Amino acid sequence: MAIISNAVTIADAGSFSLPLGALTFIKSLTVSGASTGTLQHGSSSVVFDSTYPVYLIKYINVFSNAGQNIAMNFTIDGGSNYNAAIVSSTWVAEHAEDDTSVNRTSYSTGYDNHNSGDQVVFNINKGGLLNAGDASASGEMYIFNPSSTTFTTHFMSRANSMSEYPGSTDNFVAGYVNSTNAVTGIRFHAVSGNTLSGTFLLYGLKDG
Amino acid sequence: MGLISNGTTLLDAGAIDSGVATGSLIHIKTLTASSSGTLSFVHGSANVVLDGTYKEYIFKYINIHPASVAQLTFNLSIDSGSNYNITKTTTAHNSYMNENGSSPGMVYRTAWDLAQSTNFQIMAQELGNGADESGCGYLHLYDPANTSKVKQFMGTTTYHQTFGANGSFQVYYGGYGNTTSAVNAVQFKMSSGNIDSGLIKLYGVKPS
Repeated sequence: MAIISNAVTIADAGSFSLPLGALTFIKSLTVSGASTGTLQHGSSSVVFDSTYPVYLIKYINVFSNAGQNIAMNFTIDGGSNYNAAIVSSTWVAEHAEDDTSVNRTSYSTGYDNHNSGDQVVFNINKGGLLNAGDASASGEMYIFNPSSTTFTTHFMSRANSMSEYPGSTDNFVAGYVNSTNAVTGIRFHAVSGNTLSGTFLLYGLKDG
Repeated sequence: MGLISNGTTLLDAGAIDSGVATGSLIHIKTLTASSSGTLSFVHGSANVVLDGTYKEYIFKYINIHPASVAQLTFNLSIDSGSNYNITKTTTAHNSYMNENGSSPGMVYRTAWDLAQSTNFQIMAQELGNGADESGCGYLHLYDPANTSKVKQFMGTTTYHQTFGANGSFQVYYGGYGNTTSAVNAVQFKMSSGNIDSGLIKLYGVKPS
């Protein structure tokens, strides 16, 4: 960028900088009754490579048609398959609207992974989201250095959901893609073949 | 921002914003406590934006120091701050370690969660008021202007807890405002006494 006034260069290219902020919007993906929602590098203006060292995905009011869990997986073969081996741990805090039937923190065996496939990001520990018109989940997931070919790719997710107790579930998921291939995309879907609705916002965190 | 050359305004305040990428995390408002009974962010008041402009709002609270030992809390409003009494179902769990090394652990807090209650949500219980004691953290509020979904939120506080042996407490709280009306104000306060000092910053996350 250059700023020139009356033929006098005030600031030349590169010497003039503005505080642009480190959180950079990349893509908004809104799905409504779709089988999947995919963010794949190089497709539909999605950037998911070495451009950013950290990526952040925001879930905004995501739900499935039958109140089922929402799961995700990564691709390490350029989008041909979303079936990377994941090692992860999960836990929840959950509380029913009736106050007493459920109020606990619990490690969620059965929702963790050990070199296996799809990772549920919500609703963990109970069969699904509440199947009601006002129910959904919102939250976020960080993905660290997905283009690395030296290290496995780590991710951390937290989301709050209206679960089928009915009640509130605070879902915590963290783990890694157990591969040194570059991760170039992520796909979300509702389990059991149900449809997916909601908005996924992809951001990159600038490196300086 | 203004850019002025030889007395001539080249770019006026705000005019540059439309043409320059500014990053996706947008600072909206900072409130500074000074023996404050409450700190309130009301859409349309004192330059606060808390509507459909952003799909996610983030509150960062920094060195909240109470006048007396009490609970740091928050609540939501759907009537522009006339009442802060939205029905909520929430979870709360925390990890802790005392300064003398005793009693480290992690526990679900049945006294800190809410079940269809209009009470204020506890963000830090027994927040210390010693000279060097305070609490810090963040609160995410999702899609507050949505009129079809409940209002999901989640937050984390790290603070100096003053009861017993004193120590470091981390609280993870999450839940939903069980309303499909638009939320347009958020209020923070101590359960008793004032907020002696501290900052609460409101940000919007650009969805495009």
